[in-house]
Amino acid sequence: MKSFTGKTLRWAWRNSVMELTLDREPANEIGLAMLAELEQFVSAIEGLAPETSACIIHSERKHGFSAGADLRELYHGSAQLSGKERVSGVRAFLERIHAVFNAIDAAPFTTIAAVHGVCFGGGFELALTCDIIVADKMARFAFPELRLGLIPGFGGIPRLKRDLGNAFIRELLLTGRSVNAARAQGVGLVAQLAAEGEALRIARATAEQIVKFDGVTRAAAKKFIKPIPHEELRREIDLFCELFERPAVMAALGKFVESTDAMPYLP
Amino acid sequence: MRTLEQTTQEVLDLASKHFHVPPGSLAPEDDFFKKLGIDSLQTLEMLSRLENHFGIELPDYEVQGVSDFRTLASRIQSRL
Repeated sequence: MKSFTGKTLRWAWRNSVMELTLDREPANEIGLAMLAELEQFVSAIEGLAPETSACIIHSERKHGFSAGADLRELYHGSAQLSGKERVSGVRAFLERIHAVFNAIDAAPFTTIAAVHGVCFGGGFELALTCDIIVADKMARFAFPELRLGLIPGFGGIPRLKRDLGNAFIRELLLTGRSVNAARAQGVGLVAQLAAEGEALRIARATAEQIVKFDGVTRAAAKKFIKPIPHEELRREIDLFCELFERPAVMAALGKFVESTDAMPYLP
Repeated sequence: MRTLEQTTQEVLDLASKHFHVPPGSLAPEDDFFKKLGIDSLQTLEMLSRLENHFGIELPDYEVQGVSDFRTLASRIQSRL
């Protein structure tokens, strides 16, 4: 399917470049509806792979790329369940999101995340599946999951560890702080810095360059340099579920959902 | 090297410019959440604007709980 418009996202394929636009109010929170449409997207790119050179993922929402997992949906969907049912439900969600993210990560064409504003948690993990991150200078990246008694669950830490130094990851993970685009570029997370509002334009210009390369060589180069950390990703799901079972997590989720704090992602 | 007063004025000017508040209507002791009417996502935007303007990094937890411009400016000053 070369074009699609859903409730949370849309895509359009043109001249061998796919563009996926995240568009869910308020800030592209990733819940069941977006997951289902991302699964459709993965089916589409698998079919179009032979004729695709590049794929750009970006957001239409003013406040940013994505604020991460839909914690309100997670909380309200889990609150009435027993501990065992909660863990089983969250594991099923994680298995599906990992399948989607692994497919984007391993796609045989070059993927570019054009990021602006907030890029937190699950949204950050989506950006990390891409080969190249172009960030608006107002972009901010964070893994706030420890505040909820959890670790990132959509593959973020294994992917960040694959790409960057462990010290930067520890600072992000263990303090929950956010970092700006300039710092993210300094540590090698962001490939290109864009002026405010220019990330998508720069991502498109980058895609135009990528299109010029031979497809077989491009795919081989990517496969050679970007292994999927399958074993660590499996361990991440297990650890996430182990932590999710604790009552403290539901209490923290409830507090987050009710919070009116200016920085609800910090404890 | 900027003085704290200069830093505070620059914070006020930046807030006024980007959050559409008339110049001169903000004071150092003002509660910026109330005066600017900003939510959590706009707070992150302000943090990015401050970091980009002053060329510093300001960890979120250092400004957590800060609500007035003067204290915010002093946090920035300690990183200049």
